[in-house]
Amino acid sequence: MVQPLTSTSNEIVSPSMPLLEFDKIGLEYPFEESMRTIIQEISLSVQPGEFVTFVGPSGCGKTSILRMVSGLSPTKIGELRCHNQAVTKPLKNVGIAFQNPVLLPWRRTIDNVLLPLEIVSPYKRDFKVNRARYLEMAQKLLQAVGLKDFQQQFPWQLSGGMRQRASLCRALIHQPEILLLDEPFGALDAFTREEMWVMLQTLWMQAKCVGMLITHDLREAVFLSDTVYVMSPRPSEIVFKLKVDLPRPRTLEMCLSDEFAHLAAELRRHIHKS
Amino acid sequence: MQGSVESLRRSPKKFDFEAFLNTKAATVILPTIATVVLFMIWEAAVLALKIQPFNLPAPSKILEASIKFAPQLAENSLRTIWTTFAGFILASVVGIVLGFLIGYSKLIYLTFYPLLVAFNTIPKSALVPLLAVWFGANAIPAIVTAFLLAFFPIAVNVALGLETIEPEMKDVLYALGASDFEIFQKVGWPHTLPYVFASLKIAVSFSFIGAVIAESIASNAGLGYLIVQAASDFNVPLAFAALIALAVLGVMLYALFVAVEKKVIYWAR
Repeated sequence: MVQPLTSTSNEIVSPSMPLLEFDKIGLEYPFEESMRTIIQEISLSVQPGEFVTFVGPSGCGKTSILRMVSGLSPTKIGELRCHNQAVTKPLKNVGIAFQNPVLLPWRRTIDNVLLPLEIVSPYKRDFKVNRARYLEMAQKLLQAVGLKDFQQQFPWQLSGGMRQRASLCRALIHQPEILLLDEPFGALDAFTREEMWVMLQTLWMQAKCVGMLITHDLREAVFLSDTVYVMSPRPSEIVFKLKVDLPRPRTLEMCLSDEFAHLAAELRRHIHKS
Repeated sequence: MQGSVESLRRSPKKFDFEAFLNTKAATVILPTIATVVLFMIWEAAVLALKIQPFNLPAPSKILEASIKFAPQLAENSLRTIWTTFAGFILASVVGIVLGFLIGYSKLIYLTFYPLLVAFNTIPKSALVPLLAVWFGANAIPAIVTAFLLAFFPIAVNVALGLETIEPEMKDVLYALGASDFEIFQKVGWPHTLPYVFASLKIAVSFSFIGAVIAESIASNAGLGYLIVQAASDFNVPLAFAALIALAVLGVMLYALFVAVEKKVIYWAR
């Protein structure tokens, strides 16, 4: 059952009640005549309302982790639990944004954002009846990212950054418990990317859900996260866990502070080590 | 617009050719001029070289024949249009369903695709005499030939359309718990529509060709039949009139589908 979180702050709630548990997760692929290990073993837990980021070299299994959490490709080794139940198929309490915004080109922006409500119950059932209310929800999200005036445009009429913003709105409209982000800003230029961090933070703080991000940008990781996990090259493991205690809401000015630079340097050091 | 700044620097009264090329009027005016000039050259050549109407009638003679035989031309045109469309609609339905089956089921693809390719390479005009034996020399061989020529290109295009769906587009819906049918309804079908229409445009031309070929080999009506009849009566101007009617019909059919396509697939540029 989808339950929007009701806590009013972003503080980490009681650590004894994790939302997600990675219990000795592993990943193997058949390769030539044997199996190739991508993920050796990962065990960690994610609290409700926590924003975690995975950083690491290409091919270490970061995207696979997202696919495990979403239920698209459940893990075959170890167990991944959400609310103490193993994730074996897609859960509806997840919103995903990929590097490619993949908006449906035959739908206007507002209809793209509404799409999850046509699929996820309980919204799906009363869609026609509650359409006006859902429209308002969608418009509120679009307003938060500055796209309200573009809601009637088609995706081809928007820039790359605008499409990605719409994709984020789509990922959040059904009030998911977990927001999964697979290098969502990888295709954008550096300035747009920084604006998007701020936008994402705004949306996420409003949504009060778990955030799970994959990125190659260490500054992005520090800016957005409560916790950053550094993964080694394959067969991968977590080699470092960084707690980011910077106050929220974070600003781009904070990126210039010594503390921020120190945190990003910590991460970089551990990536080089592996 | 390209060249418009330069044209302002020249005399504003001078005709701006480059700007004209970009207008909608240009797409109609230019081919019309070419066609008219073609007919004028044709007429002049026939007169100058004293070519017999038996061999190559002048456009004026063809026009004469068209007016004289207008009822027959109209009747046979209608027959060709109806056999073309009947065969085409059948081909669309079968082609689209087949395309989706091939696209969605690996088993069906592996089992039947090679057979379809083999069948498609048989020249359908070679089948017409056989069809006439089975069904008689009437509208049916024409409809069947139209169908046979058109269904495979449609099926292939639909299957191709399904293959090109970005996996992430489907993943967004899968992650929400969408069923396979919902994904088909919201992503598969709309994504494939441009491919369907691209193939329909071509397929209707194939149907048209198939119908005419069948009519010229074994039929009792239609423009193909009329051409054969006129030729055997040595009424060459009438045969030409029928040929021109074919050309006009063919262009109209294609234009019709272009217009429908623009309306339905508004998002594909």
